[in-house]
Amino acid sequence: MAPKKAQSHTAPSAQSASSTPAKSSSKSSGNALDAQEIVLGVWNKYVEKTPQRVKLLDCFMLFLAVVGALQFLYCIIVGNFPFNAFLAGFSACVGQFVLTASLRIQTNPENKKEFETTSPERAFADYVFGSFLLHFFCVNFIN
Amino acid sequence: MAAPASDTLLQQFTGRKTRGVLRFVILGLIAGAAVSSRLFSVIRFESIIHEFDPWFNFRATKYLVQNGFYSFWDWFDDRTWHPLGRVTGGTLYPGLMVTSGVIYHALRALTLPVDIRNICVLLAPGFSGLTAFATYLLTSEMVASPSAGLLAAAFMGITPGYISRSVAGSYDNEAIAIFLLVFTFFLWIKAVKNGSMFWGALTALFYGYMVSAWGGYVFITNLLPLHAFVLICMGRYSPRLYVSYTSWYALGTLASMQIPFVGFLPIRSSEHMSSLGVFGLIQIVGFVEYVRVQLPNKQFQTLLRALVFVIFVVAFGGLVVLTVSGTIAPWSGRFYSLWDTAYAKIHIPIIASVSEHQPTAWPAFFFDLSMMIWLFPAGVYMCFRSLTDEQVFIVIYSVLASYFAGVMVRLMLTLTPIVCVASAMAFSQILDTYLDAKIPEQGAKENGSSDPAKVAAAVLPDGLRSTRNPLVGIYSYASRLTVIGASTVYLMLFVLHCTWVTSNAYSSPSVVLASRLPDGSQHIIDDYREAYYWLRQNTPDNAKVMSWWDYGYQIGGMADRPTLVDNNTWNNTHIATVGKAMSSREEVSYPIMRQHEVDYVLVVFGGLLGYSGDDINKFLWMVRIAEGIWPEEVKERNFFTQRGEYRVDEEATPTMKNSLMYKMSYYNYNSLFPAGQATDRVRGVRLPAEGPQLSTIEEAFTSENWIIRIYKVKEPDNFGRDHQSATAFDKGHKKKRASKRKGPRVLRVE
Repeated sequence: MAPKKAQSHTAPSAQSASSTPAKSSSKSSGNALDAQEIVLGVWNKYVEKTPQRVKLLDCFMLFLAVVGALQFLYCIIVGNFPFNAFLAGFSACVGQFVLTASLRIQTNPENKKEFETTSPERAFADYVFGSFLLHFFCVNFIN
Repeated sequence: MAAPASDTLLQQFTGRKTRGVLRFVILGLIAGAAVSSRLFSVIRFESIIHEFDPWFNFRATKYLVQNGFYSFWDWFDDRTWHPLGRVTGGTLYPGLMVTSGVIYHALRALTLPVDIRNICVLLAPGFSGLTAFATYLLTSEMVASPSAGLLAAAFMGITPGYISRSVAGSYDNEAIAIFLLVFTFFLWIKAVKNGSMFWGALTALFYGYMVSAWGGYVFITNLLPLHAFVLICMGRYSPRLYVSYTSWYALGTLASMQIPFVGFLPIRSSEHMSSLGVFGLIQIVGFVEYVRVQLPNKQFQTLLRALVFVIFVVAFGGLVVLTVSGTIAPWSGRFYSLWDTAYAKIHIPIIASVSEHQPTAWPAFFFDLSMMIWLFPAGVYMCFRSLTDEQVFIVIYSVLASYFAGVMVRLMLTLTPIVCVASAMAFSQILDTYLDAKIPEQGAKENGSSDPAKVAAAVLPDGLRSTRNPLVGIYSYASRLTVIGASTVYLMLFVLHCTWVTSNAYSSPSVVLASRLPDGSQHIIDDYREAYYWLRQNTPDNAKVMSWWDYGYQIGGMADRPTLVDNNTWNNTHIATVGKAMSSREEVSYPIMRQHEVDYVLVVFGGLLGYSGDDINKFLWMVRIAEGIWPEEVKERNFFTQRGEYRVDEEATPTMKNSLMYKMSYYNYNSLFPAGQATDRVRGVRLPAEGPQLSTIEEAFTSENWIIRIYKVKEPDNFGRDHQSATAFDKGHKKKRASKRKGPRVLRVE
């Protein structure tokens, strides 16, 4: 149960494929050896099958997750004095992460049938639009 | 069979343009009808701001237009809440004022010098046209049939439930908020359908606008997550949902925090926690779903369910713990009163005292929605038959809004859009079915069932079960004409009802009253403005006026004088102070008024005219609110007679008779009538033969029909006497001292 909970707390950061190890812990209730195999299989599949662009997106998401986690840690350890600033920074990370995840989902060929009308170019334009809005709000909020 | 099909197809191709134009024209006409049906008040009375809150919005808009945006944002208003002042810029929803400010400047730029008052008066009708359009868009997303959208727009345009808050002159937040509400929902549906970041971001943008315009934005904040949550629970999670929800939440929350009045609420208060929770949930679901695709495994389905359940419990528990420990602000009083209708009455009299916070009486539903109230369930049922993602939204919305509308009168407003949408869906289904002049041929099995099947377009597993009906004989012209005729009659009645309600019930400015003379002609009673202009012209610029809080905004707006309390009601203690001053004896009230530097006291008295919304009828609320703060000094029980009656006549209790409010209301009232004949026409009772005496205040002004009475608070006596003895002296009740003095005088003469 405990690892599951841990996973739920770091939910926004545990979404990308790069955090597959976290998933393995939830599976580890079964056979440990089996789980290791599964993780290894997933990892190999990921390395082999994922296009380079999507991997780039995954790296970016991992980076955002780390930055967000660092900010959160700072907030807990040092304090949240300019609360506006903390919130703006943190939500910039979360927002950008979410938008990148959306871009990843939309451009993923596996989801083709879900997004018939959305071409990758369209998805990227949406992404830029969303990011503009996000950063406008953040800059306005940061004081 | 093939030939006719291609024929209709061709027809549709050629007819598309005409249909588009027609649709456009119809929508324009609907908007025109929506605007013009809201102009009754301008025609009957004049272009004037209505009621109470709009006066504040109007005043704030004037300030914005005169001083510019930045000083509006930092506005500290020292003319309200007298000794305290109010940080107005940080405690209002600026959307409405900014909107009309923008319109004002845009028209200026187009060299159309329109008075700001006219913009404010006509803003609500203008936006109602847009609301009709937004309803069309929303409904068109729900069903394929375009006639449903047009019907919904027409319903929305003229339904009294919405007109009640958007007649010309009712310059309130709801004027633009309902448009924003419907439009945000439309964008949300669009986002969910397409799974597009663009639409999600637009939803967030309009959500932000909505947050800046009306406190009712919390409805959206909770409805969208609920929709997402229900979809997830139904096993309808899709990447589209992830994209739309997360882009809406991430951007929308940031957008809402830009408003100073909202500030950190979205991460602090319980009302916003559901959206945050669903945001976290959807991340986890998205992740798990991603892994599941990578690793097809049957165990995963069960694991997913378990995970969702566990996380829901953990998040809910965490929420409870955080609320109890005080990190997250507990639910505000208004929301408690949503769950427990008796809550406000017991704990917060100030919320309960507002008439629009009362539970709805059932005739109000028929009054405001007319025939739609019975079409509404039919539409919701149709949504159940073909439960697509967006129709789930309708079901959730209608269930929630019906409940809230039943709890609080003013929330009828949030129910109205969905009622219009659902009933338009039902009605257009009837029309589409019976207006289709084609008589199905032998092989028309598909043809006949295609109509319901159209509704069940996004075919679900059980979609066809109920629609596979055998052909029944409703294809004769007679039966069709009957149904169509009946529906036309219903539509006509609906229009008649709406117009009647609008012109009779919702078009009164309540600042100006109208009555009918015996010969049927209209008589305008303009006491409010008479009194406010008296204040404006005869009192010093910073004379403080004390009145019950209902009239605070009007005094600020029309008389331009500082007030002690107003309709903002943010400081309960201050209001209770005024309540105490009104409900206590003069000796108690006078120090309170001196401490607050009150110069004038204003009361509303309807006894002469039979105007029931006066202060004596509101008096018990003043007593209750004051009792909430000073239970020792003000006791509601003392205002009732032994038998528990609230009386103002001979048998009124001494506390009642000595209260400042009673005295101010009935002071000198006797002089209007022959001796002993004074009657109060609201309460319908004969008053005591001897009227009340005032010593610490003096009558300054009484309006034509005695609706408004203004009293001046006396300065402390020049000789240091208390006012009672000073008055007594002036009246000649000086017997004791006089007799002592008369003695020597008599001697000297002799």
